[in-house]
Amino acid sequence: MNTSINELRKKNIQTLIKKFVSVKNNQAIEIQSVPILNYTDFYTTVVDIIKSNDTFHCVNYYAYPQKNNLQCIIAIADDETKNILLLSHIIENAKKKKLESITQSIEAMHIFEREIAENFGIYFENHPWLKPIRYPHNREDTSQNIYNYPFYEIEGSQLHQIGVGPIHAGVIEPGHFRFTCHGETVHHLEIQLGWQHRGIETLFLQKTKLFQRNTLAENIAGDTSIGHSVVFCSVIEALNGSPIPQKLELERTIAMELERIAMHTADLANLSIGIAYQLSASVYAALRTPIINFLQSWCGNRFGKSLIRANGTFHPFSLILAENILKLLHNYEKKFDQMSQKLFSLPSAILRLKGIGNVTKTQAQQIGAVGMVARSCGIIRDIRASHPSMAYVYNPYFTSITTTGDVFSRALLRRMEIKKSIRYIQSLIHLWKQNNETIPSPILDEQLSLKKEHIAFSLAEGWRGEIVHSAITDSTGKIIHYKIKDPSLHNWKALEIALRELEISDFPINNKSFNLSYCGNDL
Amino acid sequence: MIAELKLLKLQGKQYIPDITKATIPPPFKGKPIINKEPADKDLLESICPTNAIQKNPFSIDLGKCTFCGACAFYAPQKITFTNEHNMATNVRENLIITEGEENHILLNEALIRKEIRSLFGRSLKLRQICAAGDNSTELELNATENVNFDMGRFGINFVASPRHADGIVISGPLSVNMAEATQICYDAVPNPKIIILAGTDAISGGIFQESPALKREFIQKYSIDLYVPGNPPHPLTFINGILKLIRKKM
Repeated sequence: MNTSINELRKKNIQTLIKKFVSVKNNQAIEIQSVPILNYTDFYTTVVDIIKSNDTFHCVNYYAYPQKNNLQCIIAIADDETKNILLLSHIIENAKKKKLESITQSIEAMHIFEREIAENFGIYFENHPWLKPIRYPHNREDTSQNIYNYPFYEIEGSQLHQIGVGPIHAGVIEPGHFRFTCHGETVHHLEIQLGWQHRGIETLFLQKTKLFQRNTLAENIAGDTSIGHSVVFCSVIEALNGSPIPQKLELERTIAMELERIAMHTADLANLSIGIAYQLSASVYAALRTPIINFLQSWCGNRFGKSLIRANGTFHPFSLILAENILKLLHNYEKKFDQMSQKLFSLPSAILRLKGIGNVTKTQAQQIGAVGMVARSCGIIRDIRASHPSMAYVYNPYFTSITTTGDVFSRALLRRMEIKKSIRYIQSLIHLWKQNNETIPSPILDEQLSLKKEHIAFSLAEGWRGEIVHSAITDSTGKIIHYKIKDPSLHNWKALEIALRELEISDFPINNKSFNLSYCGNDL
Repeated sequence: MIAELKLLKLQGKQYIPDITKATIPPPFKGKPIINKEPADKDLLESICPTNAIQKNPFSIDLGKCTFCGACAFYAPQKITFTNEHNMATNVRENLIITEGEENHILLNEALIRKEIRSLFGRSLKLRQICAAGDNSTELELNATENVNFDMGRFGINFVASPRHADGIVISGPLSVNMAEATQICYDAVPNPKIIILAGTDAISGGIFQESPALKREFIQKYSIDLYVPGNPPHPLTFINGILKLIRKKM
């Protein structure tokens, strides 16, 4: 009985999948081959497939403007087959159109529909929270500005609101946090972003030179320079159709994992400041220094800016660097282990971290959490394993998760991932030493010829979570649409949820435990 | 207690004893040197992502440069990025490095207001404004206060409120959405006050030049006390720049 139900389910899923076009990560296909359904069909297909199994999740859903029409393209990651499923619908004469909201059925779609609504003035009916997300310069309704955001209000004679930001007390990026409190208890937190908007997606089209776009990609989020520039180069290489040497892939993967170690270590230092444990705050901050100084010894920049270029690099890895990083990681690990054993067994520290800022697995699934946030709630979601590119293809990465979904869970996951990344880099160095390929110089504009009327999606697991870029070319091979998704776009909602019914004094450690990107969201 | 002390000992000595003499090993990209060798100047001008390279006379504007090193890669005989990290100055034009010129980037002493040195020489409190910075400059500014660089030893700190500050440090290219907040924050700082621009994005807009989402009137409206180039600026560039601004003798 059970088997036949399972088979029936599988068959259903197969029929659903056939409505999409399936591509691999970093594969370019003709834009015409993305199926166009009418909105009702699109709606039911998307809802059915995402509901059918939690191995499906939407990695991007955006509108691509063409004259009076909007082509709305959805990309759904199918973790089982390692495919990306693409589908679209067209909104004709798009001004002030109304559509039924998918968010009613799948909460995780809320942020994408809000983005389309804000950019193009499409009204999604029955969307529970159709608010602006970043106030872009080219938004449809300019009467809405960052100072008249419609905050959620709770009325009551004993309630009060606390507004924090956009400029925070520390040296961090701007964002506005509005707490609705009863005494010390936070009933609701709403995070208003957009202050960092620099018009990056517009600039990707305005600045047509490859090095300009590459530099833009490095500056999407300066703490994820390597992550975003790797994904950018993958999109360009997919559209250009020229394979890159395996050795270059290995070097990029080493850089990705180093960025992860550096930022996770910085986060553990910040969390330590949050719980006022001076010793681990200083030790972790000092431990991050040699890692970013190593990146500087590799490419001249502590954040790896200028390291990643399409089809080649200015800064090939070397044997000396390989020896240095192995030695460095050995020393790092010794100190890291001693400090972590202390921190994670110190009753006063654990007491401060445990049971605070809980996000349940169900909530994380509902908001479409990705990356670290998903994994700290027990969801196995990791592009390195589910849609591998670069060295992750032939040197598999096995994902770690923690399950409690609190601040402790997020801290512990960082500790585990740092250890894994050290082991992983060691195995990469081993592979790198066996590889005798030569690394080319970066490709120049005149050598580049992008496939015409194609679309490419690239995904990679940055230290925060999945980074997704996609580009569309026109009939001359010029990029006419560029779309960026930083993992923070989904995950900011998790911080809002984590704060509910907590004391407001728990906000700083919660914020630090997520460490989401403002500029990655605001673009 | 014993375990903590052992842990502490294992860390060794972390601080840099003399910040003013500290160097950064190559391939750190600091102040470039352009010699008079011939080179394909059109190519160099066209590969520069931020128009920092001008042809007549051949020069690199460090206020626009992202230190990506593309020019030095394609014309190594012409351009070399040295590891000279002392690049901060109070004169915007001093950031333009021209062909054949090998001087250090200096501050114009005559332009430093008297009260800066008399009031802030031993204590300078700064309010940082991230005006659409990408978080790399912010991380480096945080690093100036860590155990390695320890900027606090000079009496220079970042503070939580503009009311407690003697000046502001702006990072990022100044977005439209942050324009009003930046102005309010600056207005809240008591007089006399200084303005420091940290990083290429703040100085010129960097790669975001010509973006319709920027509003940079603030920069044009006030005189800037210190430009700190870099993408992001290295903590040593930042600390040494401020020390030169607020102290006559180092």
